[in-house]
Amino acid sequence: MTGSGTRRILPVGEDALLVELDSGTEAQALHAELLRLRAQGSFPAVRELVPAARTVLLDGLSEPADRVAARLAALPLPPAPPPTHEVIEIPVRYDGPDLAEVAALWGVSSTEAPRIHASFDFRVAFCGFAPGFGYLTGLPERYTVPRHTTPRASVPSGSVALAGPYTGVYPRSSPGGWQLIGTTDVVLWDHTRTPAALLAPGARVRFRPLGEA
Amino acid sequence: MSDRALVVVRAGALTTVQDLGRPGHAHLGVPPSGTLDGPAGLLANRLVGNGPLAALLETTLNGVALQPRCPVTVAVTGAPCPVSVDGRPAAWGAPVDVPAGSLLTVGTATSGVRSYVAVSGGLDVDPVLGSRSTDLLSGLGPPPLTDGTILPLGPPVPPHTRVDVGPQPAPPAALILRITRGPRDDWFTPEALRTLTSHTFTVSSTSNRIGLRTEGTPLERAVLRELPSEGLVLGAVQVPPDGRPVIFLADHPTTGGYPVVGVVRSADLPAAAQAAPGTPVRFIG
Repeated sequence: MTGSGTRRILPVGEDALLVELDSGTEAQALHAELLRLRAQGSFPAVRELVPAARTVLLDGLSEPADRVAARLAALPLPPAPPPTHEVIEIPVRYDGPDLAEVAALWGVSSTEAPRIHASFDFRVAFCGFAPGFGYLTGLPERYTVPRHTTPRASVPSGSVALAGPYTGVYPRSSPGGWQLIGTTDVVLWDHTRTPAALLAPGARVRFRPLGEA
Repeated sequence: MSDRALVVVRAGALTTVQDLGRPGHAHLGVPPSGTLDGPAGLLANRLVGNGPLAALLETTLNGVALQPRCPVTVAVTGAPCPVSVDGRPAAWGAPVDVPAGSLLTVGTATSGVRSYVAVSGGLDVDPVLGSRSTDLLSGLGPPPLTDGTILPLGPPVPPHTRVDVGPQPAPPAALILRITRGPRDDWFTPEALRTLTSHTFTVSSTSNRIGLRTEGTPLERAVLRELPSEGLVLGAVQVPPDGRPVIFLADHPTTGGYPVVGVVRSADLPAAAQAAPGTPVRFIG
């Protein structure tokens, strides 16, 4: 068990459970542990395993929910997610329309903000909003920015954006309220590719500024 | 172009290709999708001798008109509606033979919302992540039909596997949804929880494949802070800031940041797919 962590296990309908943890880090650790146990065949089959900000959803349980809940309550959890394989590098042109605003919120110049953003290691905490849209954690709390109160009607595909503690990259053009700091040509989602999603939960990511000598 | 195809003569208000959907990808933000009225879709496929995985059409309110380039057997299930072949009345809820070049017309639903049109051989559009379903939330799968769309058909099925007729429930005059409370029922006031199960809501006209929206007395929250995004299941009853419950259907988002007060039993969701705007809704549980 994690030292201070508490775990709430909430029933969801007939055959699902929502495990709520104290932090996003713990949720990522539990998700990684469940994936590991599932790959080993030592955890009951489940149709969907969906990590999110502070929870992991187990949907479509193959065994009675109360039995799985007991197992989850007693599950030892490694204190940190085991390191995953390679780092996915995303080249970015830091030319977004909100870069100046973000830099101002951070109290730095518009040339310094990209260097700050690209200096951290990110991890895909969870996906949602659109296929292949990852919520990336890794920015320290002091770089948290609010989302726009009125979302843009259309955010271009490949936009690199910030909201709250998260960085995300829009896989396709869509409405969106995040602060746009740059763009990338990397294809986030291609259903003809295997895997279709570049960023899956647990993946490690670095952003590399383009256009710098 | 192969003769094993259908020409869409009139696409209707919203007609999509559906099968059993693409479960197993929620962690990547991919909705389950698939037929909203699952039993009606399975029955339509059985009536024409298709397997349960065959892709078919899901219409919305005003049907569809199709012209096959080869002889086919079709079956229309789900929302009851007039069916005709070259203007002559044909059976609803039973196999109908349509000669090559004839016009199959699936008319406006007399009750309910979604009719299912299965064609022998199934629709052979390209699958995406193992499914041919149109996903209206994220745009996966084939786009909704437009007039002139040509839909390829799979290989013909042997006729002896057909069944002739199958029982179907009538679309609901009033929708009764049994729910399991939670996971976030504790985010609502006791009064709101009483309202949920004592008040009669009505189906909103803004409902779609993503969710059945309701109108009625708003549910008040006891916890006002923001809920960090968490995973959503089919049938989740989410309460957005306006306080009016939304029942998530097949094209639902995979995560969401508003509290889910309860989850509708899966057995009650096919009826939700057939509840027209204005239908009274009661939650039990």
